[in-house]
Amino acid sequence: MATRRTLGLVAVLALVATACAGPAASPSAAPTANVTPAPTAPGTPAPTPAPTGPTLPTSVGEGEGALTILNWPGYVEDGSTDANYDWVHPFQEQTGCQVTFQSFGTSDEAFSLFTTNPDQYDVISASGDASKRLALAGYVQPINVELVPNYADIYSSLKDQPYNTFDGVHYGIPHGRGANQLMWRTDKASDQTRWDQEMFNPDTTLNLSVYDAAVYIADAAVELMNTKPELHITNPYALDDTQFQAAIDLLTAQRPHVKTYWTDYVAQMDSFRNGDVDLGTTWQVIANLLQAEDPPVAVGIVNPEEGATGWSDTWMVNSHTQHINCAYKWLDYVASPKVNGSIAYWFGEAPGNSKACDFIASADGFSDATHCDIFHAADNDPFWTNIHYWQTPEATCVDGRTDVQCKDFDAWSSAWTTLKG
Amino acid sequence: MTNAERAPQRSFLRGLATSLEGRPRLRLALLLGLPLLALVLIYFGSLAILFLNAFWQRDTFTGHVIREFTLENFVDLGRPVFISVTLRTIGMAIAVTLTCAVIAFPIAYYMARVASPRVRGALVVAVLMPLWASYLIKIYSWKLILSEAGVLNWALSPLGIKGPGFGEIGLWLVFTYLWLPYMILPLFAGLERIPSSLIEASSDLGARAVTTFRRIILPLTFPALVAGSIFTFSLTLGDYITPNQIASGKQFIGNLILADFGVPNLPLAAAEAFVPLAIIVAYLLIARRLGAFEAL
Repeated sequence: MATRRTLGLVAVLALVATACAGPAASPSAAPTANVTPAPTAPGTPAPTPAPTGPTLPTSVGEGEGALTILNWPGYVEDGSTDANYDWVHPFQEQTGCQVTFQSFGTSDEAFSLFTTNPDQYDVISASGDASKRLALAGYVQPINVELVPNYADIYSSLKDQPYNTFDGVHYGIPHGRGANQLMWRTDKASDQTRWDQEMFNPDTTLNLSVYDAAVYIADAAVELMNTKPELHITNPYALDDTQFQAAIDLLTAQRPHVKTYWTDYVAQMDSFRNGDVDLGTTWQVIANLLQAEDPPVAVGIVNPEEGATGWSDTWMVNSHTQHINCAYKWLDYVASPKVNGSIAYWFGEAPGNSKACDFIASADGFSDATHCDIFHAADNDPFWTNIHYWQTPEATCVDGRTDVQCKDFDAWSSAWTTLKG
Repeated sequence: MTNAERAPQRSFLRGLATSLEGRPRLRLALLLGLPLLALVLIYFGSLAILFLNAFWQRDTFTGHVIREFTLENFVDLGRPVFISVTLRTIGMAIAVTLTCAVIAFPIAYYMARVASPRVRGALVVAVLMPLWASYLIKIYSWKLILSEAGVLNWALSPLGIKGPGFGEIGLWLVFTYLWLPYMILPLFAGLERIPSSLIEASSDLGARAVTTFRRIILPLTFPALVAGSIFTFSLTLGDYITPNQIASGKQFIGNLILADFGVPNLPLAAAEAFVPLAIIVAYLLIARRLGAFEAL
């Protein structure tokens, strides 16, 4: 009798567990769909670049016929979002490399997807808070920029930066840059110019929407650089205990007004369209799409006076890729004035290729001479001194201070979880 | 095919049949071997790997798992935020289970004991129908219902009131909707099994409807109620997509596991995954005490 009961219990346990697993496994986009125990393969031993210099490919041969890309939304468009924006099909026709792509909502999601499936993605568009981790952990490989002719036209202020070049070795091709902006419903809120007008105003009556990633703590730090100079924050990703606590306090005061946390830009569009939120952080592409709807959603968008966090992205290649030729073909293709300009125009960011602005200003379907001014594409535009590109916080302060310990990314993640409650 | 060609095959099968004759254990082993292997290897194997991961360390910068023993991940479960999230999750699971039971009982009773066979068939289909639609579709539909410009607020606006919107109350509604069929069906099966003679005997002996319900129907369907509650409780406990969409940033255990998986901090996520497992095992042990498995 006892054994029969135990058997019954086990059977029910299995039944319940399958029932639990059912819904959880359904959305293929959720990173838990692939719970591989540990990314051992790429890590042991971590191929940090040898001082003699890594062995780089010396030529690009015939394509292998396939390429899998992990990208920010809007960076790889095949015409399915808007028939006028398609740079996947021309690439496939030119190179014979069939493109499979998957987008992600945060750098953490990208890092997690890439590292738990170390052989799956050939190419990734990585922001600074993922690129350094990917390179130093050996998940992506050094790049021979000689094999990417369009590299020559990339703005020099984007080359050899601490998020794409490590120990003097190039790990990718710069893509472009942009800022996290402020968007509001013009029928619910007055015109905005500053973050502390409503977004960081503890007495606001509006419903807010905030980007759901620990790196958002840096947005609070940028605000503190303006409002609390006595904290001496010089880099919002290098926060010691006092500075970090001040940022958390600011976010704690904001928390009661936050209605949604977004990572999926479509969900963020829904929140604004349905009136669930009045004001929030955004990317230009979200505002563009909302304004282009029929009927248009009345939203305004601004780069607030205090400055902001932002991104400077890099196209990188998996160190385990089986499609190295297709990957190099993609790197050059995506860095060309036409494609780089198309992406920058579609997403709403500054292109990385210096000739992309001419393309956007003159090409059919674009003819927008103002885009590059609005997004401050030019090398050394003073606008970027106020934009702090996403970066991974480390215990050794990334602003160079050696007399204090900074909060590392683990501390940021754990504080973010606690903050949301 | 001629008889001559078929003969060797037939004699092989006959030989197999002869060798199995009188060996019931071998027959059982052949029958159950593969499914049991799948259960043990795939199911318990992955659980074991998960459990093992909870004891490893990791490189905080690269996220690499370092295979050195530590209990740190289990110590981290004591964080105040994890405790409050766990309590919130258990509270939600209990609330959803109770609501489902209260709503499901009359429906199941009507289906099992009152409705004509034709109406009963239609009701069974109606209860099962939502299960044919994708779980994600249902959540997104509820987002449209609950949103500021949604159906609920529109319907309530003549009364001058607003719906709950997104948050814990909205989430409670959505969970109740999602898991209700899992409560109705076991209850229906349990109620159907009560012999009519018992209820007739009860009224013959002068019991009122309430007394019959309290002393005959409820005790006899209690195991079915507990069986249904296992579904509603465990499904609520493990879900992270519904809270993520509906709860306005309020987190549940599943959300924390997902977040730590995304850091990526696999060891901590693995340790956290054992909390809902432990809760469910405790729940099942209590359910067994209450006789729920005799109703299966």
